[in-house]
Amino acid sequence: MALTLDDVHRIAHLARIEIDAAAAREVHGKLEAIFAMINTLQAVDTTGIEPMSHAQDVMLPLREDVVTAADQRELFQSVAPAVEDGLYLVPRVVE
Amino acid sequence: MSDVVTGTLAQVAAALRAKQLSSVELTRTVLARVDAAQGALNAFVTVDAEGALAQARAADTALARGNAPPLAGVPIAHKDVIMTAGLKTTCGSRMLSNFTAPYDAFVAEGLKNAGTVLIGKTNMDEFAMGSSNETSYFGAVRNPWNTEYVPGGSSGGSAAAVSARLVPGATGTDTGGSIRQPASLSGICGLKPTYGVCSRYGLIAFASSLDTPGMFARTAEDCGLMLNAMAGHDERDSTSLDRAREDYTRDLTVSLDGLRIGLPAEYFGSGIDPDVAAAVEAALAEFRRLGATTVDIALPNVNLSVPVYYVIAPAEASSNLSRFDGVRYGHRAEKYTDLMDMYKKSRAEGFGAEVKRRILVGTYVLSHGYYDAYYLKAQQVRRLIAGDFQRAYEKCDVIMGPTAPSPAFKIGAKTDDPVQMYLNDIFTVAGNLTGAPAMSIPCGFDRVGLPIGLQVQGNYFTEAKILNVAHRYQQATDWHQRAPRGTA
Repeated sequence: MALTLDDVHRIAHLARIEIDAAAAREVHGKLEAIFAMINTLQAVDTTGIEPMSHAQDVMLPLREDVVTAADQRELFQSVAPAVEDGLYLVPRVVE
Repeated sequence: MSDVVTGTLAQVAAALRAKQLSSVELTRTVLARVDAAQGALNAFVTVDAEGALAQARAADTALARGNAPPLAGVPIAHKDVIMTAGLKTTCGSRMLSNFTAPYDAFVAEGLKNAGTVLIGKTNMDEFAMGSSNETSYFGAVRNPWNTEYVPGGSSGGSAAAVSARLVPGATGTDTGGSIRQPASLSGICGLKPTYGVCSRYGLIAFASSLDTPGMFARTAEDCGLMLNAMAGHDERDSTSLDRAREDYTRDLTVSLDGLRIGLPAEYFGSGIDPDVAAAVEAALAEFRRLGATTVDIALPNVNLSVPVYYVIAPAEASSNLSRFDGVRYGHRAEKYTDLMDMYKKSRAEGFGAEVKRRILVGTYVLSHGYYDAYYLKAQQVRRLIAGDFQRAYEKCDVIMGPTAPSPAFKIGAKTDDPVQMYLNDIFTVAGNLTGAPAMSIPCGFDRVGLPIGLQVQGNYFTEAKILNVAHRYQQATDWHQRAPRGTA
């Protein structure tokens, strides 16, 4: 499962990170070394092993479906790059 | 005054209670020392002098009234990944360089309720991704033992601040070793509790199934006192465990007679610095003198911990860090053509090289057609590793070995080789994959005077036992009392 330069551009797009050709080449070399290390896992026989997603095998807790948090919209929006009338502003997406 | 300001957390708390000095006096001295050390160490990102003095005044009032909480007036610092209401919380990143946290993290709240005085926020590897504290947007932190060397990471600022006797205790987070490895490289104690014992609420998330808040201090007793204030159930973190309250210092003085120490062959193989190996052997001899016995154990899959970690942690990070899109908080690029371009430019500018690399690794292993081969496979091997530890604990009470394969390295020595940097965590990552508690305690120095750490691992919820083991060792040795030159 070799990682190609095209893969780097593809995953950078999926990750929404702008990357130019020179930066892609540089990161490609480093990612190849990282994946060479990661690929040692492929030799391990994991037939029938249950994946472990979490340190404790506990059920997700449930609570009553009631409002518990106070409205802090203004406080939370005070750290936003651009807001207007309580809405987050982004570039126009529908013409 | 000079003795108190460099005292342990327990000593400082006792001196304040005995009115040897006021918390305001102490806080002023601490602030001056932090300021004086900043140029050499770069341990802090934010110092909150005004807030600290206000908290100190409140502590003095409570102390005078006689109803002060246990750690009233004791100065501490938080790693800058831990949210603190009204205070800048940067996560060591340009992305959050202007972010003011709207609320307190659970662990910050706990230490506030215990009466501590928050001096400031400590420098860290960007988004806690690093083992040397060199990836911070605010520059590298330097090791107080020798400023040409790294303090370890990612909680390097907290480690340096405690090591340099600026504060007696500080918080950290440990996702792959980010408390234990810097504790080892900086010559102090660092405890990563069992996953779920301290709520992750208010931590800026890196890898949610691994992230664990914990602490730095110079003694096991101090770590226990801090954990008493930081542990507890919290409904706002669905992985927080609902358990009975514990006093983590209750067993500190219990005898180590009959303690069974497991020694995994995998932790004593090649690739370990000879000075580290010798210091760990000497520590084991000390434990035998204290009544413990050692038993050989096997952790056959533990050498796969680093590759497992570098699938799971980046995968979870790529998902967690998708929230930084320049819309609700964080950096937004100045120039962009449309929404997609705004996302891409904001993230390209806001994140540093190591963070981007890990997001790309995570995006790849989760992408269509690769999930089973990487993420699922890594989760399966994670279970094999956890199984190794459970079998080992049938034969022993704790597991010991070096915390890191070498002492601190020079700044810049490993920045061009991510895989070499990742191998610093070779002995610590398993503790995050299993979720069991582990601690690093100082156990010696190398040929050039850099500190060495011993890792003590225990089974789930054995924090009090680990602290007992560390405390008895500290009663018999004085490594933890050695201070970097010019700091004591």
